[in-house]
Amino acid sequence: MYEFDWSSIPGALPFLWDGMKISLVITAQAVLVGIVWGTALAMMRLSSVKALSWFAAGYVNLFRAVPLVMVLLWFFLIVPRFVETLLDFPPGTDLRLSSAMMGFALFEAAYYSEIIRAGIQSVPKGQVAAASALGMTYAQGMRLVVLPQAFRNMVPLLLTQAIILFQDTSLVYVSALADFFGAAYKVGDRDGRLVEMLLFAGAVYFVICFSASQLVKRLQKKYHPA
Amino acid sequence: MIKIANVSKHYGDFKVLTDCTTRVSKGEVIVVCGPSGSGKSTLIKCVNGLEPFQSGEIIVDGTSVGDPKTNLSKLRARVGMVFQNFELFPHMSITENLAIAQTKVLKRGKDEAMDKGLKLLDRVGLKAHAHKFPGQLSGGQQQRVAIARALAMDPICMLFDEPTSALDPEMVNEVLDVMTELAQEGMTMMCVTHEMGFAKRVAHRVIFMDQGRIVEDDKKDVFFSNPRSERAQQFLAKILHH
Repeated sequence: MYEFDWSSIPGALPFLWDGMKISLVITAQAVLVGIVWGTALAMMRLSSVKALSWFAAGYVNLFRAVPLVMVLLWFFLIVPRFVETLLDFPPGTDLRLSSAMMGFALFEAAYYSEIIRAGIQSVPKGQVAAASALGMTYAQGMRLVVLPQAFRNMVPLLLTQAIILFQDTSLVYVSALADFFGAAYKVGDRDGRLVEMLLFAGAVYFVICFSASQLVKRLQKKYHPA
Repeated sequence: MIKIANVSKHYGDFKVLTDCTTRVSKGEVIVVCGPSGSGKSTLIKCVNGLEPFQSGEIIVDGTSVGDPKTNLSKLRARVGMVFQNFELFPHMSITENLAIAQTKVLKRGKDEAMDKGLKLLDRVGLKAHAHKFPGQLSGGQQQRVAIARALAMDPICMLFDEPTSALDPEMVNEVLDVMTELAQEGMTMMCVTHEMGFAKRVAHRVIFMDQGRIVEDDKKDVFFSNPRSERAQQFLAKILHH
């Protein structure tokens, strides 16, 4: 019978916390960049300029049709080479965090753009007409009238996607980056207590994600009581 | 003020507008009526370029709407429009609704825009609701705010696209009263509406449309006393008896 031994957890907490910070930083910036770039993609996709809409459609379809792990590996293996030669960094500079962040942001933008596109389309066409009729340019109508309403409708979906993204950050372990999951794995491996550490890590992920999604549900009820 | 010459529009094979020609002089009030699907809303939306058209020409105050070189936003800022579904911006308060285009499009100062908005809100009898949001007002109230919002831009003319069709019957009159007052003050107006009482009271001319064509374009009295086309006679017979 396997005997559980949790004793290596308390000592590892500072290291795990450092890992958690990395996970949170990656999540936060991927959400931020993902929403900004995703909004741009969504507007391109809805644009009447064919080239823009094709580019956005191609981008979204490409990223949604490949596994996240693979995108992360591409960025982990290829991007540092590029950056080294392009920006003249000394070889061996640790670019794992930046390449992971870039990979996540570009990947998530594809998902965010679909959410945002649906959000933009949820705003009645008459609102655009009213903005135009008041003399607003297309950009003003988007910025002042459509996007604020679209984002208000989208908040729950955007937050849900952020929670999924937070879980997905664990995939950076492929680049041996010590995010929370990576840190837990390393400690467990070192102390020969992998099972305990992974159970513990799983519990932490569960508590965070479950409470966050409960929060989203409550928000949703508040803004869309129906 | 508004000149519409031989305007046609089609979606694929379906003709929405066929060879429409008319004009609206300064200070004139025109009512456009006709059965649904006759193209009257489309026609009025062509006037400020919300709907493109394939052939013909529309000139508003000397500016050609169909000309690709025309800055449509600039033109629309001078042409007020009121929609069937009000289209107030639901995420802004009433005062913000009234001020937003003044500040962002006309570049007026915030205080000036606010003053102007409140004055017009008072004029449509809704000053007490300044700080509410559109969702808190009745349909009739929202439509009056929408009229005030359009007037805040100091338009050279006003377009009304079935302004009372989405309203409960008891709210129709409060909106028509505001429109009647506007007409009596000499505003140039083009109104798509089925309110024949309104047409009889304030219109100078009535345009009757059917299947994308302007079938009648007459002085009000002529239109109501003896419309020339059979289609208009039938239409009037149907709606005037109720």
